[in-house]
Amino acid sequence: MTDQDQGPAAQSIPALLALNVERYGNRPAYREKEFGIWQVWTWAEAATEIRAMAMGFLSLGVERGDHIAIIGRNRPAHYWAMVAAQMCGAVPVPLYQDAVAEEMAYVLDHCGARFVVCGDQEQVDKVVEVEDRIHHIQHVMYTDKRGMRKYDHSRMNHLADIVAEGKAGHFRYEGELDKRIAELTTDSTCVMLYTSGTTGKPKGVVLSNRNIIETARASVAFDHLGCDEDVLAYLPMAWVGDFIFSIGQAMVAGFCVNCPESPATMMTDLREIGPTYFFAPPRIFETMLTNVMIRMEDAGDLKHGMFKHFMEFAKTTGETYGMPRYRVKRSKPTLRRRWRWAWRYAMGIGFSVETMVENAVRLAIVRLRHPMEHRKHFHARGPLLNLYPQPLRDYFDYRTGEVTIFSPLKNTLGLSRVRVAYTAGEAIGPEIFEFYRSMGINLKQLYGQTEASVFITQQPDGQVRADTVGVPSPGVEVKIGENGEVFYRSPGTFVEYFKNPESTASTKDAEGWVATGDAGFFEPGTGHLRIIDRAKDVGKMADGRLFAPKYVENKLKFYPSILEAVVFGGGRDRCTAFINIDLTAVGNWAERNNIAYASYQELAGHPQVYQMIREHIDAVNRSVAQDPMLSGCQIHRFLILHKELDADDGEMTRTRKVRRNVIAEKYADLIAALYDGRSSIYTETEVTYEDGRKGAIKATLRIEDAIVAPEARIHKEAAE
Amino acid sequence: MKDTGAGITTAEGGSVGPVLMELRNITLRFGGVVAIKDISFDIREGEIRAIIGPNGAGKSSMLNVISGFYVPTEGEVWFRGEKRGPMKPYQVARLGIARTFQNIALFDGMSVLDNIMTGRLTLMHSGLLSQAMWWGKAAAEEDEHREKVEKIIDFLEIQNIRKTPVGRLPYGLKKRVELARALAAEPKILLLDEPMAGMNVEEKEDMCRFILDVNDEFGTTTVLIEHDMGVVMDLSDRVVVMDYGRKIGDGPPDEVRNNQDVIDAYLGVAHA
Repeated sequence: MTDQDQGPAAQSIPALLALNVERYGNRPAYREKEFGIWQVWTWAEAATEIRAMAMGFLSLGVERGDHIAIIGRNRPAHYWAMVAAQMCGAVPVPLYQDAVAEEMAYVLDHCGARFVVCGDQEQVDKVVEVEDRIHHIQHVMYTDKRGMRKYDHSRMNHLADIVAEGKAGHFRYEGELDKRIAELTTDSTCVMLYTSGTTGKPKGVVLSNRNIIETARASVAFDHLGCDEDVLAYLPMAWVGDFIFSIGQAMVAGFCVNCPESPATMMTDLREIGPTYFFAPPRIFETMLTNVMIRMEDAGDLKHGMFKHFMEFAKTTGETYGMPRYRVKRSKPTLRRRWRWAWRYAMGIGFSVETMVENAVRLAIVRLRHPMEHRKHFHARGPLLNLYPQPLRDYFDYRTGEVTIFSPLKNTLGLSRVRVAYTAGEAIGPEIFEFYRSMGINLKQLYGQTEASVFITQQPDGQVRADTVGVPSPGVEVKIGENGEVFYRSPGTFVEYFKNPESTASTKDAEGWVATGDAGFFEPGTGHLRIIDRAKDVGKMADGRLFAPKYVENKLKFYPSILEAVVFGGGRDRCTAFINIDLTAVGNWAERNNIAYASYQELAGHPQVYQMIREHIDAVNRSVAQDPMLSGCQIHRFLILHKELDADDGEMTRTRKVRRNVIAEKYADLIAALYDGRSSIYTETEVTYEDGRKGAIKATLRIEDAIVAPEARIHKEAAE
Repeated sequence: MKDTGAGITTAEGGSVGPVLMELRNITLRFGGVVAIKDISFDIREGEIRAIIGPNGAGKSSMLNVISGFYVPTEGEVWFRGEKRGPMKPYQVARLGIARTFQNIALFDGMSVLDNIMTGRLTLMHSGLLSQAMWWGKAAAEEDEHREKVEKIIDFLEIQNIRKTPVGRLPYGLKKRVELARALAAEPKILLLDEPMAGMNVEEKEDMCRFILDVNDEFGTTTVLIEHDMGVVMDLSDRVVVMDYGRKIGDGPPDEVRNNQDVIDAYLGVAHA
């Protein structure tokens, strides 16, 4: 039902909007929770609002080719502002809302925005702060008017007032607006997104309507998305992923975009909406899992036992019995199907009753034998009578788990309706991946880039694994360069970097191949792509062995107690690491183990925490040693940092990727200490608070040795 | 400049209206202890009036006099042009005076939403029976009040704890919930007893912002007691300084800051 639903080739986002009004006029297009209630806008209503906003923009004098910066959290009004800007022939430029004024100044200056749409007072303040340096800003609009009364309103307006102005003047602006919409072609610019700037200044990636629409079409068809999907828009609007999901795919497939009430209520809203199509970076899935595990630790014995039993069981059976068979026909269930369901449920209930009764009997017998420690001797098993063949038994067992554990858990997490979930941005831990998949959540990985309009490779249903990023997306060609770097060419390939032809030329060659900067290889046999690391981060150690820090860091980060890890060793004879502990997980662990601490710093320096982290590192070393290519990356010495790595201090990008060079420079003293054999070091670190003020943290950090697994080296010597 | 008639403008550009409450020669004694000694000052509509002073200066007693909880031994309280006599607590609430407490006084077992709803008690008109039966007026009324409460929740950015029992909240948030409950009563005068005590810098800044926004958005007259001088100087339009039950200073923050008596009271002075 999806393919024919995509309609004729619309050339631009505004054209798609008009098409959606025709196709799905009365279906919900946007929802936002306001004052505790979900407010709904249908496609028809949204289109009216967007047109009015566009006319309001015209009344302010928005010209073709203008840039309109949009800074704020995910709200329908901000998405509308982007589409309204496109209608006027202008280019929307969404910005990261947690950027400090300095970073914002660069982007605003670079794109030459004449108009800025701000979410709230905080964002307006930042714009006002940089306004004396950037003279081209003509008008500022804001969506939330609290605290805005005392501002100078000669060049500032509430966005709703602009919309009202557009409505009032619709006779004057309608003709001009229709003319401008008609001028839009597949080649006109759809959006400009700034890269997070892992290295150097952010670059403005220009994406055309063709890029966005064709990519969205291909991916919608790939995952059979329809107009009845619900997505939760909570990721930064400045990120290409959010643009593709909440505007590109939403417009193409005609599904509903739900905006949370505030960033803090995201988990509650997720639960209330129950998205069917969900996207999250690994970090979100990690946090969810950590929370589940922490709460399970506090649960009663019965619940804990059942959780453990069924999660263990689902690891092997989840892929077979758990995956949602989505895209069921939307026709009413026939009598036969109803019978089948009834039969299955009856059999399932019979099976679980049988199991439970037998286990109760078993427990009673064990209790008689071992009155004091029956828990130790009791093991729950399947039914003795064994009336069912093994696959049917597994099926029933899984269904029992679904009824008792998986469904309630998915419901609590807000993932019960998920048909397709994606994770990308970084590698996800195999345990985390397995956890969600075994519960019956169709979590898949994709590999993408801003420059590719997200999709480069993705995993088709039924071929999902934790260690690959899938096969090339439809319409995308991928090749591996000589140095192992991944190149791609696709309809989604960006037009250019704004005002930066040199970078454009160095990234995209004449034939349209784009270098990703990541090193990877195609797995023989399956054709799946595996990413090792950033191509420039993959280095050589002093003795010529391969050094892939990200590979090791990811393995470390899969432990819930490790939030971040930074591995050093390029050009040196051995590897060392900085570790950041996860305060939630380690704090809970400390609570359960009666470890008192007063601060993050104290907890990080606690001997027992060191002990735990060292065990993790030893385990990682053993696993790294398995891989003969990368066995040089074992960690010899490590320390636990006294502060969390933070984007405000420039140590991470806004998308929370580690800035290796900055860290190497800032903590040069610590790195030196890691290599000169000292057992502790005193250090002072400058930190930036959220309001921009600076302070210093002083600490004495201990440095410990980890156990290096010997196998691989012996193996290698033997091989030579 | 601020003492001339109605509708004057403060330095920050906020408008301050006519006198809302006037305290004339207030003295408060508890047996032999004189808590407040002959103090007079006024509170104007729409201003943020701070009362500061060292420990034991009589600030909280003063706030209790304003709220009508204590009846002054001598002196008069004039509120909106009328002299005020002894009152029952519900009368105070109906007059439009709401307050927060130095040590939080919320219902721990109830959710944030319910706690804030209690603030609207005096504004509800349906009878006990109707409310118990959930019939007719009561149901419609609740919707209306819930809407107001949701606006306040949105305003104070506590949407994420709407349904959390107050007992589970950290201190800073409890303070914010208390402010929300006081605001829900749509008060003429909002009394804040040390709204920022025990908070960290970030929470203090948030609270400051909320107090300013409340004053700005709802035009609520605010009287606050606070120890943090930085906060007081930033927030308030006018400051009363007390020491040992006496008033030793009154005026805009800058004026008070340079007052020698105030400096002595805070820094201590050698009593010869």
